[in-house]
Amino acid sequence: MFEAIAFYLFAALTIVMFTITVMTSQALYALTAMAAGMIFISAFFFILGADFLGAIQIIVYTGAVMAIYAFGMMFFDTTRNVIEKRSNPRFVVVLGALAAVLVVFIVLAPIVTTNLNANYPIDLAVGNSQAIGMVLFTKYLVPFELAAVMLLVAMIAGIVLAGKKMDKSLTLMTEEDIALMHDSFTHEATQEEAH
Amino acid sequence: MDMAFIIETIVKIVVILLVFSALAGLGTYFERKVLAFMQRRLGPMHVGPFGLLQVAADGIKLFTKEDIIPQNVVKPIFKIAPVITAATAFMAAAAIPFWPQFTVFGYTVHPIVADVNIGILYVLGVMAIGLYGPLLGGMASANKFSLISAARSAAVFISYEVISGLSLLAPLMLVGSLSLIDINNYQAGGIGNWIVWSQPVAFILFWIAAFAETGRTPFHLVANDHEIIDGFGTEYSGMRWGLFFIGEYANMFFISFVIAIIFLGGFGDGSIAGAFQLLLKVAFFFFFFLWTRAAWPDVRPDQLMWLCWKVLMPIAVINVVITGLVMMF
Repeated sequence: MFEAIAFYLFAALTIVMFTITVMTSQALYALTAMAAGMIFISAFFFILGADFLGAIQIIVYTGAVMAIYAFGMMFFDTTRNVIEKRSNPRFVVVLGALAAVLVVFIVLAPIVTTNLNANYPIDLAVGNSQAIGMVLFTKYLVPFELAAVMLLVAMIAGIVLAGKKMDKSLTLMTEEDIALMHDSFTHEATQEEAH
Repeated sequence: MDMAFIIETIVKIVVILLVFSALAGLGTYFERKVLAFMQRRLGPMHVGPFGLLQVAADGIKLFTKEDIIPQNVVKPIFKIAPVITAATAFMAAAAIPFWPQFTVFGYTVHPIVADVNIGILYVLGVMAIGLYGPLLGGMASANKFSLISAARSAAVFISYEVISGLSLLAPLMLVGSLSLIDINNYQAGGIGNWIVWSQPVAFILFWIAAFAETGRTPFHLVANDHEIIDGFGTEYSGMRWGLFFIGEYANMFFISFVIAIIFLGGFGDGSIAGAFQLLLKVAFFFFFFLWTRAAWPDVRPDQLMWLCWKVLMPIAVINVVITGLVMMF
């Protein structure tokens, strides 16, 4: 009974939160609703007995959404509404509805045909985290390694993009030095354009 | 699920809530007294004996003060932000074993609300959500100082989450379990078995990260009074402002419990002496939070980032690699 109550409660909460994320034109509402929705999803993992995935869901998405907040802070005045340009609202509604129906179909199809088996059912003899580790490092080793390489590439690219003049600290420089550095930088840029 | 279990859990939750809300209040008193003695002052003296009732006076003031919601703030977010900080601090406590199990009138009590087998991940994850309080409060406030504070809390969160995770990885590899009770039992053999002896580097790193995550003084840049007023708290008044503090002090106690259990043997073999030793260890770590506040200046935000990414993170990664190599060969 408790599982049913928890499931319907968190299902309703998750749907409401993500609806707010999509519908609102207030950046702060959207971000906060998304963070809350992501955290409420972890409840489903806990209900299913996948404690490890639930905790990882919380940890990963609190960090990830926090990074989106940082972008929101840079791009918007988060206390005002964002004025969105809607050139063709009917088109958006049709595409959105189609996508939603498609997702429901994808999820329901195996349940309706009762063609849904657990490839790796929860083994009560080993713990949750051990079971995931075993599957991850045997069956799914290649995707796991690929994801690691992708992250490494993204990290190096990020350092290269943001790492210009990282050896200089703006806090420790005088105003004149900063202006000088800025001038020389724009000068270089115009020279490159001339080439 | 029988009725007895439900009643027991509710009683535990209420006890933890009451005890740690009261301790959070008393924590402010301890902080003032410790800081005062270190700076050759007396601290609160006038309300009650030794100023002990100052806590009650502060409480009455915070509870009865008008709850001002300024113009131009994003109201729902502004209202809910302090609640997030306070609520998640107590939610994180659900997986912390505060004492060894004991028997009262033939009934065995486990002083832990939910003994999940990924305890430490849950505690750290939910504690991390607490940083959404300063972030949301700062962003919703329509105040430039609050916004700076929110940006800083996001930066601290993203960087020091890495340190606390990586530094904990090495001891967890030794124990082979994520349950705080298993980690405690691994060190049950006595003082020689404490993880701090085999993982001193991880201990120091996690301790430093704990300061950043609770926003305590060397890393207090989220609400640095002398440069950004009170940061995220600038626009708050009354009980909403107080909730931020209850969350912060409760977090200090809970992270002290976590450090003591993971690195310093926790409650040991579960005897009465072990239980009181755990309380002593927690008291020491709490005192250390106050001690550092009296002894150290605040670091600049860029120094904080430098320390995190260029010093602590490489050390944490090297520590994990060396632990792995030692365990393999």
